[in-house]
Amino acid sequence: MKTSPDVATTETAKHDYEPVIGLEVHVELKTKSKMFCSCRNEFGAEPNTAVCPTCLGMPGSLPVINRVAVEYLCKAGFALGCDVAPYSKFDRKNYFYPDMPKNYQISQYDMPLTTGGGVTLSSGKRIRLNRIHLEEDTGKNLHAGGAMAGSDYTLIDYNRAGVPLMEIVSEPDISSSDEAEDYLAELKAVLSYIGVSDVKMHEGSLRCDANVSIRPRGANELGTKTEVKNMNSFRSVGRAIKHEIARQAERLAAGDRIVQETRGWDEVKGTTYSMRSKEEAHDYRYFPEPDLVPLALDADVLARWRSELPELPDARRKRFAQQYGLSEYDAQVLTAERSDADFYEATAAACDDPKQAANWLMGDVRRALQSAGFTALAQSPMTAAQLGELIRLVKSGAITGKAGKEVCDILVAKGGDPNAIVAERGLGAVTDSTEIAAMVDQAITANQKSVDAYKGGKANAFDFIVGQVMKVSRGKANVEIVRALIKERLG
Amino acid sequence: MLTGHEIRDRIARRETSALEITKRSIDAVAASEPELRAYLTLTPEYALARAAEIDARLARGEDCGPLAGVPVAIKDLFCTQGVRTTSGSKILANFVPPYSATVVAKLESAGAVMIGKTNMDEFAMGSSCENSGFHPTRNPWDLSRVPGGSSGGSASTVGARGVPIAVGTDTGGSIREPASFCNIVGVKPTYGRVSRYGMIAFASSLDQAGPMTADVRDAAIVLEAIAGLDPMDSTSADVPVPHYEDALRDDLRGVKVGIVREFESSISGDAAMSSLYKEAYAALVRLGAELVEVSLPHAKYGLATYYLIAPAECSSNLARYDGARYGVRVSDGGDVYQMFERTRAAGFGPEVKRRIILGTYALCSGYYDAYYVRAQKVRTLMKQDFDTAFSACDVIACPAVSCPPFELGAKSDPVAMYLMDYFTIPMSLAGIAAMSVPAGYVDGLPVGLQIAAPAFEEGRMLGVAHAYEQSTRFAWARAPKVGAA
Repeated sequence: MKTSPDVATTETAKHDYEPVIGLEVHVELKTKSKMFCSCRNEFGAEPNTAVCPTCLGMPGSLPVINRVAVEYLCKAGFALGCDVAPYSKFDRKNYFYPDMPKNYQISQYDMPLTTGGGVTLSSGKRIRLNRIHLEEDTGKNLHAGGAMAGSDYTLIDYNRAGVPLMEIVSEPDISSSDEAEDYLAELKAVLSYIGVSDVKMHEGSLRCDANVSIRPRGANELGTKTEVKNMNSFRSVGRAIKHEIARQAERLAAGDRIVQETRGWDEVKGTTYSMRSKEEAHDYRYFPEPDLVPLALDADVLARWRSELPELPDARRKRFAQQYGLSEYDAQVLTAERSDADFYEATAAACDDPKQAANWLMGDVRRALQSAGFTALAQSPMTAAQLGELIRLVKSGAITGKAGKEVCDILVAKGGDPNAIVAERGLGAVTDSTEIAAMVDQAITANQKSVDAYKGGKANAFDFIVGQVMKVSRGKANVEIVRALIKERLG
Repeated sequence: MLTGHEIRDRIARRETSALEITKRSIDAVAASEPELRAYLTLTPEYALARAAEIDARLARGEDCGPLAGVPVAIKDLFCTQGVRTTSGSKILANFVPPYSATVVAKLESAGAVMIGKTNMDEFAMGSSCENSGFHPTRNPWDLSRVPGGSSGGSASTVGARGVPIAVGTDTGGSIREPASFCNIVGVKPTYGRVSRYGMIAFASSLDQAGPMTADVRDAAIVLEAIAGLDPMDSTSADVPVPHYEDALRDDLRGVKVGIVREFESSISGDAAMSSLYKEAYAALVRLGAELVEVSLPHAKYGLATYYLIAPAECSSNLARYDGARYGVRVSDGGDVYQMFERTRAAGFGPEVKRRIILGTYALCSGYYDAYYVRAQKVRTLMKQDFDTAFSACDVIACPAVSCPPFELGAKSDPVAMYLMDYFTIPMSLAGIAAMSVPAGYVDGLPVGLQIAAPAFEEGRMLGVAHAYEQSTRFAWARAPKVGAA
């Protein structure tokens, strides 16, 4: 079998070169209003309806700092183990671009809100953070025809302009595309836990640029890096990094040098392409934002924000494994989203069986979500109390496991009282021995061949007879009673 | 035209009405405007409707504010909702703001009646009003001369008494120099005293709005009306606003007035100017003040410092004028960057372009530390100079300008024009309060005395200026009659 050149060079790269990767992640903060004005911060509104003189950069308008955005960033900083600066400032980053209303962006240059901190990967490896700073988002260009080049005109939607954005800059501690994806997943889990962002890459509330370089394995000096942009999912971040590592390795192997440049990721072609070289890079002419006073945060305010942090995913995962006796995998899955973990704990309490609650959520509920067309548990109207009651009904034998699945499908799709659903649909288990005995006798009479086979030593013939009884009862007969009666009849 | 407080008092006594005063102001302006050209936009219909409304409210016994029915002129860099606002630039020739500056809103709620928007050097960059993107304005004292700048239109119309009150802005002297040139009172308040919201920015860390008035009492009334914390301007100060009229005094007993050694030696070469200021200081002594010599050792770096900081900030502040969202757009089928370039090439005048280039250069990586950072350090030293000086005196008295108003076209060299702000820039850089008050005449042309006070001591400053004005009466002198009215 012929291997594709890409895979071949990736293998070479794995042997000869060590990738050095740092990620710059932009995360939109889920505040009610924008960073420097009172316009609403909301995704998907009619274009240019959430705008005002300030976020349109009109003459004479002035920015006013959104304290909630500062709070959210500081909370993210605390959650990621960063040092939060009691004194920081904003700066102007100057460059001309039509989606930037003032042709400068208010950002933080040399005194970011946080420094240090890190993200722990599932492998236990720690990726250090360099800084997190606060800035404003830009508007959105909508090019006729999709791309700027060749389009007849461009429309600009300024709803996004001025949305609070935090930039999380990692140290170049990431060594593979898998680690990069893992880093993003961990980061997303932490940020969604503390509720500061939607962290949805497809809606642009999380965006990621990758700085990628490679160096001969064991070398101390860093290679020349490229910055890769335009990835729209964690998966494409991984693919882009993998491709870029291979491309650089191929270049070096061919005796070429890596050019420091910004490269774009082409999702369709699966390749990166040159956007601009270092020589064409902007001089952003940073200087302190004179329209704002430096940001001073009192120690007691910072302490309060820190104390308001919820239990973070890593800690919750460990607690779930310990407290509920869950496997590491189950604990991981159940804690990935804060709302899922909350739902799990509430369900476990309602049915008083943490193990069963986990099994249902990871099995039947998940399947039911899929068939109902939901992508997340939070989309279903089912409450934890309802699911807990369902689990109780199954456990007590009041309904059979099969009926339980049917009720579960209904609950996930529409919600409701499980008892009412059972009554309405006549799904209650048949536990009356006389009734079941009649069905058993009927099955034995109708399946004399299986009876003989069982008596002749074929154990699975027994299960066939059980199945026949269940069929007759339309799944409602209590299977324990069925088994007991068959055994009694056939001795 | 009466002063603002005279109008206030007469309206209170029902001797006149807002409508009558407004009509008189509109007529006076209409008569002088062909010669002065102090305005970029006149708003007579708006003014008459508003004056009628104020009269109606007064008739119902409502309190319409301390400036009820007083005509005012607004420098054209204050945004006025629904009224074209250009900042003196062709690039904003068609800009109609959807909101009003806080200063404008406060003047309106104080009862003032806006009769028009005044001419200025483009984006407040200039000292003669000749850099206006539209037309120059002339000095009512001598039509061959400039009114000063950048708030030249405001100074000219108050000097000619088209209105008793105008507002201007001062970044390095743009209120004080034209006030000096047009024989009016001009106050640059402490940085942060008055909100900058809705003021089209030139240099954000220096810009400050202030009154330009016929006399010191009017300045006190207007300052009280427009000062104060504004949640829309993070750099506005949370310092209580006093009733400034209470601070106006008639003598200067017990007041120590600082005379700046460095300034006196630099003006000493000009006999006429030097003797005018000597006489001004003598007048202060006659009122009971004690003169003490103070030193501002870093003042000589003021111009160099200012011409790094102000252009640096303006290069960024003016980046938004690109034709994309508002204002004039020049586009002929190229891409968006060509549109930016053509719009800015056609829309900005030469002085604005010069300063954008200066500021862009000063902020470039590699030069930033040597220029911008160093300039900020000098600025800190200048603040310390004033702190030291004010430990020995209550206020500083010094020249506002180095010369009386000059003829149009006389200062074609930009640096010669920059030098006009030599005495006013240090106070701007230090962010303290300063003002110009009429101080006499050289060859029949007005010259102002500058009085400076520590930050937020506008009351003390106005008190000294009032005593000086009352005893010298230079502010009462009227410009030669301009126009038919």
